[in-house]
Amino acid sequence: MNGEQTHLDALENHSIFILREANHAFRNMAMPWSMGKDSNVLLWLSLKAFLGKVPFPLLHIDTTYEFPEMLEFREWAMKHYGITVIVKVNTEARERGIGYETHDPVTVTYELKTIALKQAIAEHQWDALITGIRRDEDPTRAKERYFSPRDSDSEWHYKHQPPQFWGQFAMKNAPGEHVRVQPLLDWTEVDVWRYIEREKIPIPPLYFAQNGKRYRSLGCRPITHPIESNAATIAEIIAELEKTRSSERAGRAQDHYEPHAMQKLRAKGFM
Amino acid sequence: MKIVFVGHVDHGKSTLIGRILEGTGSLPEGKIEALRASCDAQGRRFEYAFVLDALAEEQQQNVTIDTTQIHFRTPSRHYVIIDAPGHEEFLKNMITGAASADAAVVVIAADEGAREQSRRHGQLLSLLGIRQIIVAVNKMDLVNYAESAFEQIEREYGAFLRGLGLTARAFTPISSSTGANVIRNEAAMRWYRGPALLQAIDEFQPTQSAEAQPLRFPIQDVYRIENRRILVGRIESGTLRVGDQLLFSPHHKTARVATIERWPASSVESASSGESVGITLRDQIFIERGHIASHEAEAPVESNRVHAKVFWIGAEPLRTGARYRLKLVTQNVECEVVALSNVVDVATLDHAATERTELRINEVGEVTLQTRGPLVLDNHDRIPTMGRFVLTDGSNLVGGGIISGAVYTSSKTVKSENIFWSESEITAERRALRNQHRGAVVWLTGLSGAGKSTIARGLEKELFQLSMHTYVLDGDNLRHGLNANLGFAPEDRAENIRRVSEVAKLMADAGTVVITSFISPYRVARARARAIALQAGAEFVEIFVDAPLSVCEQRDPKGLYRKARSGKLQGFTGIDAPYEAPDDPEIIVRTHEQTPAESVYQILTELLPRLRLGTT
Repeated sequence: MNGEQTHLDALENHSIFILREANHAFRNMAMPWSMGKDSNVLLWLSLKAFLGKVPFPLLHIDTTYEFPEMLEFREWAMKHYGITVIVKVNTEARERGIGYETHDPVTVTYELKTIALKQAIAEHQWDALITGIRRDEDPTRAKERYFSPRDSDSEWHYKHQPPQFWGQFAMKNAPGEHVRVQPLLDWTEVDVWRYIEREKIPIPPLYFAQNGKRYRSLGCRPITHPIESNAATIAEIIAELEKTRSSERAGRAQDHYEPHAMQKLRAKGFM
Repeated sequence: MKIVFVGHVDHGKSTLIGRILEGTGSLPEGKIEALRASCDAQGRRFEYAFVLDALAEEQQQNVTIDTTQIHFRTPSRHYVIIDAPGHEEFLKNMITGAASADAAVVVIAADEGAREQSRRHGQLLSLLGIRQIIVAVNKMDLVNYAESAFEQIEREYGAFLRGLGLTARAFTPISSSTGANVIRNEAAMRWYRGPALLQAIDEFQPTQSAEAQPLRFPIQDVYRIENRRILVGRIESGTLRVGDQLLFSPHHKTARVATIERWPASSVESASSGESVGITLRDQIFIERGHIASHEAEAPVESNRVHAKVFWIGAEPLRTGARYRLKLVTQNVECEVVALSNVVDVATLDHAATERTELRINEVGEVTLQTRGPLVLDNHDRIPTMGRFVLTDGSNLVGGGIISGAVYTSSKTVKSENIFWSESEITAERRALRNQHRGAVVWLTGLSGAGKSTIARGLEKELFQLSMHTYVLDGDNLRHGLNANLGFAPEDRAENIRRVSEVAKLMADAGTVVITSFISPYRVARARARAIALQAGAEFVEIFVDAPLSVCEQRDPKGLYRKARSGKLQGFTGIDAPYEAPDDPEIIVRTHEQTPAESVYQILTELLPRLRLGTT
């Protein structure tokens, strides 16, 4: 076994351990699923952890600004994996006229993603959400823990986080609170791609270059920009990432709209 | 491999990390040049410590980070440096950062020697059970690369570590500011013949040696998929193969591995430490989360009494008599603090002057815990992940502990392949409900003439009058029947106690409070009696009936001491055979200081609460 595989095996084993701990600890869990690469790795790990049958529903927060390729992938994956997907739209905000055509990206993201997520949590009374966030994605995510409590308003109190060590997590939460379970925390962007390559995990086609452009990270259509790239295979994407030093989320407009935008979004319940 | 770097403030930790990052080519291109240029522009002298500051700043932006992780690579391995600053709630932060480390580098400045934090961090490594340590004696340039300065630190800090039960793998003299001996050996210190720091780091053993340890497979959950029961969990140590006979503790059931399950389906014949797996068994036995699978020949310890070095991070102190939840791998049991000693403040390293009944935040102490029901464990120095636990109070994680001193006993295994454990529909709980008390084994140990039989009879009478089901197993009585074929040779004595342990277990399982009255001089035999009782879910209470040998010899109720002294009786405990007094019995009665009635009363006060319903 070569070094890289051992590293991926260790990541895989630890993520599966966390998923199983979460499934034991929480009665009513859901997994937000954006159909993006991290989401699909998370789904794959869940299939491995629960031996082919995912015991919780997936949640797609549909902003109504989705790429058609992503929606196609969603329909395909539901049939292919036999998973239950709950689709949530903040229809109230759309009826109020919130949209990228008229509003700034931070407001729209907050309304159509964060508020939609809170509405879904309230409707379904979930006590835990499994998310695909990684420490390397963004500076504010570096402080995250595998099990991270959120208060009843989904807020994150990063200065008063419980200690976590030796694979033991304090997991009880008060009524109305929920816990974010974060099995991909230790993974890097390159790890995710190497794992997709090794496991042959299906992902949407937008990640691969067409006409000299590809998407490195996927969000709402109006505010997600492709990068210059000729990487048309996973191996080419990995080679490209090993050379680049620009950040993964550079093409996601809401992160850069104002200073510390990501930190503000996240403290309010964004993932 | 994860390495934690620790050291006193200003002893050059950041400079050293900067040097290592540069020397291993782990920095983005142009980083050093950019920093040098920016230093020049500000009229400052460039220092390697700025590299770390710059990285931390980039990671940090506006958020306070409690632990930072930095990656570097040598030709042989990939490393993660854990840097855990923070003075406030320092123990909590350091532990969250350092608990996952495989090894540590302690940085000590040659010109100042070991300081308060050097010692404090040594204590922390000992607490976390990090055994692979290198001491980097830094700033050798400030002492003119003098061998004597290095040797003094090696001697003094080496002795300090030994006091904590730690041995440094190497002491390496370096200078981070000149780079001497960091990446490779340099001419400045010809007297030093050991490896350069980076080479010494490359010699750390990966923790994967867990594979060579005995198998421990804690069950995390049981999934039912298409009518099959799949036991899932992470293998903590050792290797598991299809066809292996597994022993499931604490209930001591055995079954063979039928398959190792994977998705997508593929055929796997074995799995090793670190792997999250699922297995099915050939035999249908009841298994649930918290059971630990092992191989019978190398089974873990089962006990309800735990000795550990505990560190406390809870705002409310730990108190003797208080109850917490103890979590050890997937086990989760209630426990009570029964004893506390050797309290040390980790921040100041001050030893508590008086005997204490509480352990406060940032303190460490030696603690004895009594669990409700059996706990499966190993000594930390044998299998680290099975020898450490956390304590929780409500939903707060308030402390952690490292186990030592547990006694391993060989468990007799079933000889025939065709024997199965049959489960009764009448559970111990139902019997207890009808009897209005739980079954238990009350194990009296002590010298001949200490007063065991008198106390056993007194206790039996009192319990009977309280309408409880009780019975005394007496040594001589059993040797008339069940043990008639046994003599007094060591192996016969061992077999005698084993049979008594098994009979006591069955009676306790049937709901009786069994009182055993045997000298039972060997610690291992008593530990096994405890493990056997716990397998049936029965309470086990060890009572040391204590009286000085001289007093027992004077009493000599059966005239045995006289015979032994005159040589007519060989191998008599206390005379020419050893008596290993219990280290930590649940109850001690001193029969030379109290009457038998007083002893019985003392035992009843401590015993009766344990027999009450609803305490499991």
